[in-house]
Amino acid sequence: MNAHHEDERFGGDEGAQVIPLNAARYDEEPRRNPVERKIASGLAFLRRRLAGDYDVDEFGFDPEFNGSVLLPVARALYERWFRVELFGLDNVPEKGGALIVANHSGTLPIDGIMLSVAVHDHVHRDLRLLGADLVYQVPVLGHLSRKAGHTLACHSDAARLLDKGELVGVFPEGFKGVGKPFADRYKLQRFGRGGFVETALRANVPIIPCAIVGAEEIYPKIADLKPLARLLGVPYFPITPTFPFFGPLGLVPLPSKWMIQFGEPIPMDEYDANAADDPMTLFNLTDHVRENVQQMLYDTLLRRGSAFF
Amino acid sequence: MPSAAARVVLVTGVSRFLGARVANTLQADPGIERVIGVDTVPPATSLGRTEFVRVDIRTPSIAKVISAAEVDTVVHLNLVTSPVGPRSKMKEVNVIGTMQLLAACQRSPDMRKLVVRSSAAVYGSSPMNPAVFGEHDEPVEAPTSGYAKDAVEVEGYVRGLRRRRSDLTVSVLRFANFLGPGVDSPLTRYFRMPVVPTVLGFDPRLQFVHEDDGIEVLRRMTVEDHPGTFNVAGDGVLLLSQALRRAGRSYVPMPAPSVSALGDLGKRFGGLSGFSPELLRWLMYGRVIDTARLESELSWRPKYGSEAAFADFVSAQGLGRTAPLELFDRLAAALARD
Repeated sequence: MNAHHEDERFGGDEGAQVIPLNAARYDEEPRRNPVERKIASGLAFLRRRLAGDYDVDEFGFDPEFNGSVLLPVARALYERWFRVELFGLDNVPEKGGALIVANHSGTLPIDGIMLSVAVHDHVHRDLRLLGADLVYQVPVLGHLSRKAGHTLACHSDAARLLDKGELVGVFPEGFKGVGKPFADRYKLQRFGRGGFVETALRANVPIIPCAIVGAEEIYPKIADLKPLARLLGVPYFPITPTFPFFGPLGLVPLPSKWMIQFGEPIPMDEYDANAADDPMTLFNLTDHVRENVQQMLYDTLLRRGSAFF
Repeated sequence: MPSAAARVVLVTGVSRFLGARVANTLQADPGIERVIGVDTVPPATSLGRTEFVRVDIRTPSIAKVISAAEVDTVVHLNLVTSPVGPRSKMKEVNVIGTMQLLAACQRSPDMRKLVVRSSAAVYGSSPMNPAVFGEHDEPVEAPTSGYAKDAVEVEGYVRGLRRRRSDLTVSVLRFANFLGPGVDSPLTRYFRMPVVPTVLGFDPRLQFVHEDDGIEVLRRMTVEDHPGTFNVAGDGVLLLSQALRRAGRSYVPMPAPSVSALGDLGKRFGGLSGFSPELLRWLMYGRVIDTARLESELSWRPKYGSEAAFADFVSAQGLGRTAPLELFDRLAAALARD
């Protein structure tokens, strides 16, 4: 509400023109020089944040905070550090519900963040990822994840998002994928129990297979301190060439070259209503998606060539 | 043969805020012959044509009231959610009181409708919970303490009664936290603290229901037939940090153990209500419920969304708007003048 007032205040001497809220932030006063405009919109942003004058959805997604704080940080990594290249963007629908199913790797789930930058900047949609419950137990991480639009990987959340026509992303390998040793890189692990297929079938949305190449090299996990992991209540405690020997410096990911390939959507509408209750259909579909992603991984890996340049 | 409409309505917990307001609303309905309010203490305000009967629902005398007045509708609002006095007393009132009341209801041949005030707290607060709860969703971790656990048990007994008396119309309402000008609860006291402690690293999603909407739902459930379990909350969601900023409260994030220690200190020395474990969990993980079922059943939407309910509470408390914001406005105005 106050945002309207703000815009009026800034744009008042331009006459009463009706400008949509989002556009208003960028070109509210063409007469003014760019620096002043930046300061004004920065002030307006800070004021809105300070006044709590923004909206979040029922999952806690805060588009404004995500767009102006979280994504820019991730974008810097995306563009300068990992130099991500995208392929098969046409396969991601511009509207309507769809489920992106990707491989998971990298010891820390940076691949999810990069995938959401890719989708946000190049498909212009918000990707709603489904994360492990561990994410939501960790202070700060949990609420940042919700503010970025992600939620817990459970059937009811996924179904709810898909019913609202959102683009949902999932990593069915889970911890088995993200925490696998470096020696097993680009070998897909078991795709969970195929719950994602059931969700897609029930919601009748296509599955978009996706291969992410490059995340495997950011923190090569060469060993795992199991007792320490148990003590800390985490699934693994990784030893990488730089962590923990270089301390916090070891947390800097290696600058590998990334490629993200989206495959052709696998439609779900050719299955009948009972398919979601038939375990055999679910197994077969899960395998189909998994093979699809694995094949794309091999192809993209060949295309990339060297891991760092 | 009992008529279709509620004729004699019994309201429990009538001396407390919610009970008094519901009784006042029901007595304005000409279709209701008698409104009987029961509680253990006399009401602070006048109840109008509501007849007050001082009876403890934990005792069998409640059965006498129900049979003597030929009560056909019971509106059970006695769930105590704020920890006043020892926990054992609260549990007595909530659980044993409900058991006695339901036993009396089961016996009475005139009974035909039961409306129970429960709480969304039955879903618990946990990082493992789905983001939004529907009425059919089971919490991953059921609440283990406080009124949340009581509410779970109360609902269990209500289910039992529903099974044994299938002729009854039973409505169970799981309310989000009440807010509004008249509400005094651990939550409103929390928001009114001079400096509000929040849990470091957590920013829960909260939902509120405005008192007027809550009372309207209870009224509709009483005079119309809507059997089933319903979530009741205002539309939309507020984050705790967002709510505190809107209220212009200063807040200090601190680790969870310090928050609960602070709450204990306040309870011991400051006469405050402290932070019960379930309130603390709520302040960490929050909870959101889906109200689609209620809205389609009643073809009605709450007048106040969560944001509006909170705004109404804030303005009634005289909170809101702080110095830094005015500074921003001045800066922006100065910039616009150039």
